[in-house]
Amino acid sequence: MNKESLVPVLGVVTDVRVDTPDVKTFRVNALTGGKCFEHKPGQCAMLSIPGVGEAMFSITSSPTNEEYMEFSIKKCGCLTTWLHQMEVGQQIAIRGPYGNAFPVDGDLKGQNLLFIAGGIGLAPLRSVINYVRDNRKDYGNIDIVYGSRSKEDLVDYPEITNEWCKEAGISVHLTIDRAEEGWDGHVGFVPSYVTELGFNPDGRVLVCGPPIMIKFVLQALDKLGYDHKQVYTTMELRMKCGIGKCGRCNIGSKYVCKDGPVFRFDQLGELPDEY
Amino acid sequence: MRKFAASQAESIIRSIPMPVYLPVEKEGLVEYARYEEGVKLALDTCKTEKSPKDVLFPQWEDLMHFRVEGKNITLTEQERCSQDYVLFGARACDIRAFKVLDKVFLADPVDTYYAARRQHGIIVAMACGEPLDSCFCGVFGVDPAEPEADVILWKVGEEYYADSRTEKGKKLLDSWPTQPAEEAPVKAAKADIAKKLDSKPFAHLNLKGFDGDHMKELFASPKWKQLSLACLGCGSCTFACPTCQCYDIRDYDTGHGVQRYRCWDSCMYSDFTLMAAGTPRPTQLERYRQRFMHKLVYFPANNDGMYSCVGCGRCVRKCPMNLNIVKVIKALGEGNK
Amino acid sequence: MQVIANAIKKRALELLADGTVARVLGWQPGEQQSDWSPALFESADDMKDFVYGKYAGANLSKTCLKFNKAEGKTLVVLKPCDALSFNQLLKEHRLNRDKFYIIGAGCKGMEDENGLLLKCQCCKGKTFEVFDEVIDDEESRRLPPSDRFEQVARLEKMTHQERFDFWRSELSRCIRCNACRNVCPACTCQKCVFDNPDSGVAAKANTTDFEENMFHIIRAFHVAGRCTDCGECSRVCPQHIPLHLLNRKFIKDIDELYGDYQAGIGEEERTPLTTYTKTDADPGVVHERGNE
Repeated sequence: MNKESLVPVLGVVTDVRVDTPDVKTFRVNALTGGKCFEHKPGQCAMLSIPGVGEAMFSITSSPTNEEYMEFSIKKCGCLTTWLHQMEVGQQIAIRGPYGNAFPVDGDLKGQNLLFIAGGIGLAPLRSVINYVRDNRKDYGNIDIVYGSRSKEDLVDYPEITNEWCKEAGISVHLTIDRAEEGWDGHVGFVPSYVTELGFNPDGRVLVCGPPIMIKFVLQALDKLGYDHKQVYTTMELRMKCGIGKCGRCNIGSKYVCKDGPVFRFDQLGELPDEY
Repeated sequence: MRKFAASQAESIIRSIPMPVYLPVEKEGLVEYARYEEGVKLALDTCKTEKSPKDVLFPQWEDLMHFRVEGKNITLTEQERCSQDYVLFGARACDIRAFKVLDKVFLADPVDTYYAARRQHGIIVAMACGEPLDSCFCGVFGVDPAEPEADVILWKVGEEYYADSRTEKGKKLLDSWPTQPAEEAPVKAAKADIAKKLDSKPFAHLNLKGFDGDHMKELFASPKWKQLSLACLGCGSCTFACPTCQCYDIRDYDTGHGVQRYRCWDSCMYSDFTLMAAGTPRPTQLERYRQRFMHKLVYFPANNDGMYSCVGCGRCVRKCPMNLNIVKVIKALGEGNK
Repeated sequence: MQVIANAIKKRALELLADGTVARVLGWQPGEQQSDWSPALFESADDMKDFVYGKYAGANLSKTCLKFNKAEGKTLVVLKPCDALSFNQLLKEHRLNRDKFYIIGAGCKGMEDENGLLLKCQCCKGKTFEVFDEVIDDEESRRLPPSDRFEQVARLEKMTHQERFDFWRSELSRCIRCNACRNVCPACTCQKCVFDNPDSGVAAKANTTDFEENMFHIIRAFHVAGRCTDCGECSRVCPQHIPLHLLNRKFIKDIDELYGDYQAGIGEEERTPLTTYTKTDADPGVVHERGNE
């Protein structure tokens, strides 16, 4: 009999890292060690605490990490508030992987990649960035534009500054919304920073962040000469089953949990104007 | 072709050595229920209040059980259905609806709870001698005289004619005390049913224009405002509909652990797409539009043109404000001006 | 009724034409004889479909909430019972009187495909509590005799067990569709307690059989004293549960404990349940009555 996709496996939290005032990154292992299951960059998993709820989170670690899986979770609702109280040793119910992945073995291969992220939107893209780093020769130049409200709201800051910034072939461009003491980097919103930096409209773009940011980034990319077929993003809607059956994330003829969350912008253009 | 006297129906049902679900009358309403001594059979009723969808996809079912002790969790899955059962007296529209549900639940990854129930069911269908004015199954290619079941029954006079269509149907039919019968009366009954259905008011609804190519146009139609005005968002249509399959998964703290169950939900409800950041369907107009776009456009786009409506007409009878899919088809379809 | 209907239509067209109202709330016919739906008419052209008559059973007062902040006035056609609900909503400051032009429509009893509506079998009255003008006739002003609390009295005479069994049986059919709540003019909470996942009663299906019963009892309590007995709850229930009997029981109790009271009448905003007087029924009386 097939394994039932609605039934989770049990995992355990083996590390909790505070990233920002409202984002924590949790490391999850299978009860017997190792990972609960394999995944592809961009895929998600359903995490639940029995009695509290279940929700879909993108897996922020790359599949090339063979030891554990990581989730960066922003505290913004009942379940996420509960998850933020978790300590090392807490067991959770986890099922997945769900969703399509970024086409790292397809359309993205051999291309120059521009990653544009805002706030917690870095979480799903981080999975791709680290995957690409571990398969470096398969991809071209990497540019990362990442912005947040303030310096302390930048997620994965140590990894960005200690690893990404120091690698050849990767250019990191950080920005924060408003000037503050102790920050001598760029100040300004992500979409205008993208315009300022001015990229060549070759290669592929992966955008993830608040819907308003995505909207303005897309306008900026249009002005730089990008075609919508070159730009990927992730969509977020309320999800319950995660397997394209319960109907909650249905939009047009697509189910975001199954046909997404990764969509190319020209595909989004074909969907009804509902998000 | 076999036959038996209508008066024998109950004793045949009683003799079936497994649970039998069939239309039963209680306090003036006819619903599917499990057969037991003393129930009032209602095999000749054309339309039950709710469809037999419950038999495959119950209104609520437990999926698994958790025990939480400190930081540790124990998980126990609910047993799958493992006993054969008979669904007796189902109609062609409701049986076609099962095929719609199959497209969703049996698609990869297979829903094993549903699959188990689907596998263990033997369907004995009843052909519809008296379609109602609200019936329009023919519009969706359903033949009320030839339901797609394991065994089919046709009522002719005071007798039921019976024929099997599958291996497990034949096995069941062979176990009943029946006599050999002529084909001719069934042929005549079928012709009569076709004629009756054809004369019904909605028999010739035109579905032209409801396809993937017109998705954006239909979505943007200004007619949704008027169509959805009176909608209460009560979801009666969803509950009565044999093809609606949206569900919710929730946790229930029993005090002795947590039961994770699934229950019917409706895209018409205001909290269906509600997230911390808001909802893409803030008013009833968007939710009303979603249900009908799904039935007439999105589902066929994903399933080779198969509509998620079988013309049973329950929404026509049930809606407290008299809204229904017929009015939507007529307002938005190209061929119904 | 056709004469009344024609007069209402004519008046509505006049008020649309001279700009007094921006839109009309009424009914449009359906596909068969009796399946009329509430409808919105925004132009003289739209008004071609306007109807009024014996299949106009729905109470339009709750629909008015959608137009409370709309631009311009909305003309709404209200039957006497609907006007009570409308007035109650005015008293609760849910509706703005200035945004509506009310035509009180004479009513001779409403029907559906099964005959006279259940709620019309006990008509409360043919006068209009709130209106801008009334269009009725002599026949529609005649009030047929009825005993509104007859069924409730019969239930009260049952033993506790009989009454419990009656309600458990009726409420077992409930599918939590929430139609009764959504149509009820007294249920106007922006965030209903049953939609709030933190409340613990937000489940959509019966995780235990008892839960369905609790929904109806809680709702009856929430609307007690404000329910005008418009009867829509029972009319819309897809499972034909006689919900109005619960509300009528509460009304009967309120009448007996606090003096005859009809919600939706007059301008006094406070209800018997939201005022305190020294002569109020002593809490002990509840215990005594419970033991009867």
